[in-house]
Amino acid sequence: MDGNLNALTTVFTEFYYWVTVVFMFLIHVGFCMYEVGASRHRNHMHTLMKNIMIIPLVTVTFFFFGWWIYWAFPDFPFFGGLNHDMGNANLPWSENMGTNLSDRITGVFWAAFLLFSWTAASIVSGAVIERIRSSALWVHAVLIGSVFWIIDAAWGWHYAGWMVKYLGYHDAYASGVIHAIAGGYALGVIMVLGPRIGKFAADGTPRDIPPHNPWMLTIGIFLIYSGFWGFYAACNVPIISPEGIDGQITGITWTATNIYLAPTSLSAITFNFLMSLSGGLMAAYVVSKGDAFWTFSGGLAGIITASAGNDLYHPIQAMLVGAVGVVIVYKLHFWVERTFKLDDAVGAVAVHGYSGVVGLIISGFLLWGVPSSPYEGYAAINPVGQTVGAFIMFFVLGWLPAFIVAKMQAAAGVLRIPEEVELQGLDYAEHHAYEDAKAEIIAADKAALAGE
Amino acid sequence: MSTIGYDSWAVDLAEVGAVYPFQGSEVLMVILGVAFWIGWHRIQFVREGKHLEAAKHVGDEEKIHKLLEKY
Repeated sequence: MDGNLNALTTVFTEFYYWVTVVFMFLIHVGFCMYEVGASRHRNHMHTLMKNIMIIPLVTVTFFFFGWWIYWAFPDFPFFGGLNHDMGNANLPWSENMGTNLSDRITGVFWAAFLLFSWTAASIVSGAVIERIRSSALWVHAVLIGSVFWIIDAAWGWHYAGWMVKYLGYHDAYASGVIHAIAGGYALGVIMVLGPRIGKFAADGTPRDIPPHNPWMLTIGIFLIYSGFWGFYAACNVPIISPEGIDGQITGITWTATNIYLAPTSLSAITFNFLMSLSGGLMAAYVVSKGDAFWTFSGGLAGIITASAGNDLYHPIQAMLVGAVGVVIVYKLHFWVERTFKLDDAVGAVAVHGYSGVVGLIISGFLLWGVPSSPYEGYAAINPVGQTVGAFIMFFVLGWLPAFIVAKMQAAAGVLRIPEEVELQGLDYAEHHAYEDAKAEIIAADKAALAGE
Repeated sequence: MSTIGYDSWAVDLAEVGAVYPFQGSEVLMVILGVAFWIGWHRIQFVREGKHLEAAKHVGDEEKIHKLLEKY
């Protein structure tokens, strides 16, 4: 870190990513609140614990192997071998993966990606509440958080990923690489897991299972919005010189870039974040006829739909893309629920998965011909590449492994909780102890009052 | 003698890299870490299985009805 400019750039970048990580923590807080608010009283503590323990389990596994996958897999296995030069520098026993005064970036960059990993796992967690075994969900959390999403990031969210090079895949704020894959993964699990008891009437008509605490859901989703700001900032490289990019950009003007090192700005993505949020909220309000929770989720779905191209869209385009996406996603959710009798408890498959897929496809048309990278020889953004990319994210890396692993867990009898426990509630023992202790102390107080 | 390899900060920081204790034992630390992680899953998996099996038979019907009403 020699020279004042170099030192300032490094420390700014270090601090920038650190701030994004703190903001992104709010996403997890929001997901926890949303899940607990959506679950019924008898399942609160287990629902909360199921999501909280995603944090340590994904963190340690992302340290052990997830981060290495990102750097070693950009071409692997279809277009080359493992990238050992990059991979070895990010192995868990590398000196970069620790307190190291000559590397001030790896820790914060690792953490920014890690918070995305928590999000991917947490999206799956919401869809399966009130009937999955925690042990089964935590295996899925490690798989989506530290294996499959980071493979897709190496392929399609890396400046040298094969999907970027050969498909022109463009997904600046992770419509596909986080949301489509997590939605697809959730779909794979719930297809095997089955619906909650009572979700469908005997004739197959779906029943609404209202949230236990609507206010908790509201605050939860607003916290997710807040954390999403940090997520957007974390997807950028905050400041870099053309020399640092070493691509085709000429001149000496420094810039922020997206993850592909192609230019954008924080200002641009702030416009587009807010406009796509607004488009999503407005469309969801109309299409759901003012249903509060679909309106709030629609705001999120609007951002997710526009995210693939939000580094470049005009704000009005971002708004309209968000709005169109929400209408498609809302209709699709209820059609899938009715047709296939699937119980997605928080609408995660729709809000994340379908939005991500729709957003990728739309961006292929709106950004047709735009360079996907500042480097020579990369395919330009195009509808076919984006559609193939969406399929890879949702089905190949999301749905397929989830379905296979869930099938294995179901065959071993370790996927779903017993029916008796589902009815009495996962927190029955805790409630039982609480109610008994409460009754005992009330009786004792009354006895003392009576002078016994 | 220092566990981080430096006895004093009278150094040119440009020459300083890793400063955590016991450098050179990173692979051993990873093995310990992975064992801790796998062991945790094993302990939790067994406990949850036993807990759910036992929980199938503890429900008091009256209390369950109250819980269902409580929503």
